[in-house]
Amino acid sequence: MDTPVNNDLITRSGITLERVISSEKIRDAVKGIKRIKRSHRQIKAESIFRRTLTIVGLSMVVLVFGIMLTLIVQSFPSLKALGVGYLWGQTWDPVRDIYGALPFLMGTLLTSFTALIISIPFSFAVAIFLGEYYPKGWLANFLKNTVELIAAVPSVIYGFWGLAVLVPIVRSLEVSIGVPSIGYGIFTSSLILAVMVIPYAASLGRSMIQMVPSNLKEAAYSLGATRWEVIRSVILPYTRSGLFAGILLSLGRALGETMAVTMVIGNTPLMPKNLFSTGNTMASVIANELGEADKAVYNSALIELGLVLFLVTVVINMIGKKVIGRFTNE
Amino acid sequence: MGNKVKYRIGKSAGFQVLTVVLAFACVIPLIAILIYIIRAGITKINWNFITNVEKPVGEIGGGIAHALLGSVLVIFFASVMAIPVGILCGIFLSENKKSRLAYWSRLSVDILQGVPSIVIGIVAYIWLVKPFGYSAISGSIALAIMMLPIIIRSTEETLKMLPDTLREAGFALGMPFHRVVLKIIVPCGISGILSGVMLSVARIAGETAPLLFTAFGYQFLSANMAKPMETLPHLIFKYAITPYKDWQDLAWGASCVLLVWVLLLNILTKLITRKWKVQL
Amino acid sequence: MKILKKVALAGLALAISGGTMLTSCNGSGSGSKADSSASASGEDNTIMGAGSSFDNPLFSKMFSEYNKANGLKVNYQSIGSGGGIKGLTDKTVDFGASDAPLSDDQAKAMTGPAVHIPVTAGAVVLSYNLPDMKDTLKLSPDVLAGMFLGDIKKWNDPKIQAINKGVKLPSTDIVIAHRADASGTSNIFTTYLTKINKDWETKVGKGSSVNWPVGLGGKGNEGVAGTIKQTPGAIGYIELAYAIQNSMAYAKMQNKAGIFIAPSIGSVTAAANIDIPADGKVSLTNTEAADGYPISGLSWVILYQEQKYNNRSADKVSKMVKLLQWMIHDGQQYSGALNYAPLSAKAVAVGDALLKTVTYDGKPVLQ
Repeated sequence: MDTPVNNDLITRSGITLERVISSEKIRDAVKGIKRIKRSHRQIKAESIFRRTLTIVGLSMVVLVFGIMLTLIVQSFPSLKALGVGYLWGQTWDPVRDIYGALPFLMGTLLTSFTALIISIPFSFAVAIFLGEYYPKGWLANFLKNTVELIAAVPSVIYGFWGLAVLVPIVRSLEVSIGVPSIGYGIFTSSLILAVMVIPYAASLGRSMIQMVPSNLKEAAYSLGATRWEVIRSVILPYTRSGLFAGILLSLGRALGETMAVTMVIGNTPLMPKNLFSTGNTMASVIANELGEADKAVYNSALIELGLVLFLVTVVINMIGKKVIGRFTNE
Repeated sequence: MGNKVKYRIGKSAGFQVLTVVLAFACVIPLIAILIYIIRAGITKINWNFITNVEKPVGEIGGGIAHALLGSVLVIFFASVMAIPVGILCGIFLSENKKSRLAYWSRLSVDILQGVPSIVIGIVAYIWLVKPFGYSAISGSIALAIMMLPIIIRSTEETLKMLPDTLREAGFALGMPFHRVVLKIIVPCGISGILSGVMLSVARIAGETAPLLFTAFGYQFLSANMAKPMETLPHLIFKYAITPYKDWQDLAWGASCVLLVWVLLLNILTKLITRKWKVQL
Repeated sequence: MKILKKVALAGLALAISGGTMLTSCNGSGSGSKADSSASASGEDNTIMGAGSSFDNPLFSKMFSEYNKANGLKVNYQSIGSGGGIKGLTDKTVDFGASDAPLSDDQAKAMTGPAVHIPVTAGAVVLSYNLPDMKDTLKLSPDVLAGMFLGDIKKWNDPKIQAINKGVKLPSTDIVIAHRADASGTSNIFTTYLTKINKDWETKVGKGSSVNWPVGLGGKGNEGVAGTIKQTPGAIGYIELAYAIQNSMAYAKMQNKAGIFIAPSIGSVTAAANIDIPADGKVSLTNTEAADGYPISGLSWVILYQEQKYNNRSADKVSKMVKLLQWMIHDGQQYSGALNYAPLSAKAVAVGDALLKTVTYDGKPVLQ
């Protein structure tokens, strides 16, 4: 009776000493050992799994932090050499080591905002159409899917099509207006960008508009409002912040677009004189010149542009997301 | 009915017409692009086109075989890297709604989603190309970084929508956490996860900017991921801006292939999600 | 469970189809044996080069022929001379090709001395898009500078008309096309403009990447040629091969002797017929030769003198040096068809001498 037995085995399996000795229960004991081994394994596997999840979650933070850090560190040479004045310097002359980012900032802002202005009527129309007039039905599905497919087309294809089709059209337009007829330029890029960003504001706007409580709308109708008046006085004010967030998302997309713009903007490192002149955007100058920036300051000036682009797009996207978050929680 | 009321009704009807016109006007550029590219490209696609590689500048008869293979390989490896990490991270975020780490992690994913593709290309160049040289795998890694936010977001959203009772039932049966997740939660949410995965693949299939400084380009057929490789969007970019008619033709053909591929992926995603949602 | 199985099966199917496509692609297509042997031996059968788009038509022909004869694959990316120099500085490529020799700053940035091997000479031509014009445009140095400075804005400007008597010039705007990337071709062109026009010298200067007063930027010679071809009224500077291969018109330039010369193998050869210094670096612009084309340029392949770096194998280095040697000797046979001027005997001699100085671990590569 005083045979040495593993204490763990007894307490965990709940089998007392007497029972262990009896042969019928040896089977149970074996099962018990197996169950314990499996539980041990499961507990270990569970903690490994949990730890893996945590590591993966952490790695995202590390990744983004790493990107930001890399950009900042690589911009050091140019930050030290050129200072903050870099941002409003107007000359970009790598030969003389003069770098000024203003032409590209202007180019980026001009193209993006022009694209936004052109696209807003269209995306709002889609949002209102799908959110209010025809939320269901095959026509609505067709429109919804088509607009989403606009976002699916790769940007290099937009650029190529723009090069082949839009540039000659804009050129004939410029001839009729009397501007130097080049075809390439900020206006052409804005046109392509406008098409590319329609889906972002449209789909967000649509979900916002669909979320307007029907009792609000019905109250307005019961007071005798027409459809247009309901839209103008009830839906639009209610979804104002959501629509604004959609615009911000579209803007964020437009700011970072590289390929389509590079192919039609004309690649001129000068301050754009008017909407029809050629110019350059931050993303496009990086794409053109990073592969060959051999001087340390040149290289770092381009990366600093990337840093500015990164910060601007991130801030705009975050504001947009915050606005949506607040809106959906109200 | 007074004149004022007629005016208001008229305005409302007018607005409706305007909305319809503007909304459907959006469809026009897409259809125009589709028709133009398919018409310009479909005639260029022949057996030669698919099996040949680049010929010297100015000689005719080249093809895009190297770019096709390159694109497939680069996307494949990017997916292999991004999908497990993305799904796991999505699971992490959906299972830990309140923890500090989850907050920062979610924030990071949001930030990552907004980063322009050219910036990711710059970073991949600094991390991977400067020390190790141009390679297809660095391009895959850049693309994988772009895929992650989409996969993570859709996984998290899908899994968050599943009722807690599913988890609780699993726990009640004594299942360990990883079993509950992998054998109950994930299979239930597989349609949303899959659609996120396919969307992310469709998104990066057409990306060029991150590949400019990473995969570089290569005129020969190659499956070596540690060396440069040509990809479809990069080839289109390279050829589109040249004056050579033959290369421009190749670019049209390649655009046609790429466009059809990406659109098919998107349409397939929509069909699958709709079908599987019904099953759910 | 069933769903997971389906997904797994789909993934497996994808992998299998991917695998078969890989093997079938390796089997079909040109040069299959070379492919598989290359992937077996690793990187030693591929040389990476990048740079000048000026040379690209010639290089791609040369490398394709060399590959047929020899099996060596050369991955040459035409990203502009600046890109080639940067690639060499960062050691991401084996050799860089540039139409502009290394500047002092660039040479300092390299980790060791670099040699410039002249490989070809070509002409930078002014190609223009005036579809209604049947005659060849004539340009003088000052008119050219005026156009690129933005002082001359329309095609029917009296200054242009004065040197093109009897030709009906349209009243369209002049659209200048220049390079958006760092370019040796730009360097040759701006060096010429600096030599012949004081205004240009003070306002813009010379270099691979200058602050162009007017015009559109294109990426590479290819991009500029593409822009010119698609924009009526455009004029830009590109290498001769691009203009000829794309049936684009190009102008006759008035050279130092006052004669309007058309760019051709003959006129470039005349311009290149000068003494080449031992380091290979020389500019051919504004040549004294009466029958020489004034905007000619030499183009170089640049590589490190000491080739043992970054774990490069002796085998690979020897293959590369032999390639370069072939390029300046037998490879020159392909220049004529593409309108590049074959290297003069003096240039080949300088190249040979420089190649003999390339060492691996201190020992010369060529025995």
